[in-house]
Amino acid sequence: MPMIDWINFTPLNSLLGGICIGVSAIIMLLTNGRIMGVSGILGNLISFKENEQFAWRVIFVIGILIGPFVYIFMFQDFKSEMIADTVLLIQAGLLVGLGTSIGSGCTSGHGICGIARLSIRSIVATFIFVIFGILTVYFIGGKP
Amino acid sequence: MIKFFLIGFSGILFGFGLTLSGMLDPSKVQAFLNISRNWDPSLAFVMVGGIIVTFAGYNLILKRSSPIFSSSFHIPVIQHIDKNLIGGSALFGIGWGLGGLCPGPAVAILSYNFMPAIIFMSAMLIGLFFGRKFQKLPILNRF
Repeated sequence: MPMIDWINFTPLNSLLGGICIGVSAIIMLLTNGRIMGVSGILGNLISFKENEQFAWRVIFVIGILIGPFVYIFMFQDFKSEMIADTVLLIQAGLLVGLGTSIGSGCTSGHGICGIARLSIRSIVATFIFVIFGILTVYFIGGKP
Repeated sequence: MIKFFLIGFSGILFGFGLTLSGMLDPSKVQAFLNISRNWDPSLAFVMVGGIIVTFAGYNLILKRSSPIFSSSFHIPVIQHIDKNLIGGSALFGIGWGLGGLCPGPAVAILSYNFMPAIIFMSAMLIGLFFGRKFQKLPILNRF
């Protein structure tokens, strides 16, 4: 039977975190005129083209790496429990990389920025990756 | 210089927001997708908060003729749904369910949970590299 996991439910933290992500996307569009999509930023970084677009992408990625430490500094340690072993991590990583590049976006680019633009492509993409995520967890068996 | 400072700040805020929201915890991502058993709906609130703020901000910003540090906006113009969008997003969803990680959190936990993160990240970058090649293949247009 489906039921809600009230013990781990963190609506306020998740909402505030989402607001931070939104402000981050706003700064990216206002300063740089671009959508804040991480798969696109990483994909462009490893294609080693467009040299004048290289610097801001590297700086953004370095910022992402610093973010969790700011959180630890301000509050406390946080939980990050892996659900996959090495083999599964490799398979998952390949699928995420292939999928987000072929599908032109990920959770940030489609799920936040694209839906906020009311892009029909992003709405469809987000619906599909959430449904396939749910089906995958259903078949591999999440926490009962 | 100010541009890079602001983009760096944007990145830090993004990484901070991901941490605060719970997105850096693959077990929480899996619990979010686990709707038929023990469902933790928290991460839906990340989307709600993110989308509302971004929607409001984007509408204001796009009234400008250009961004502050660039001559024009670079917004995707394609409108049609194609097989790449659908197939790619499906593959991404499967990978997201298997590992509990998407690209942003995968970057953010590199500095925190290095070994599993670098394994996932290396595979993801290989996937991104070949996915971009595949996307450009002209043969795809025939299907």
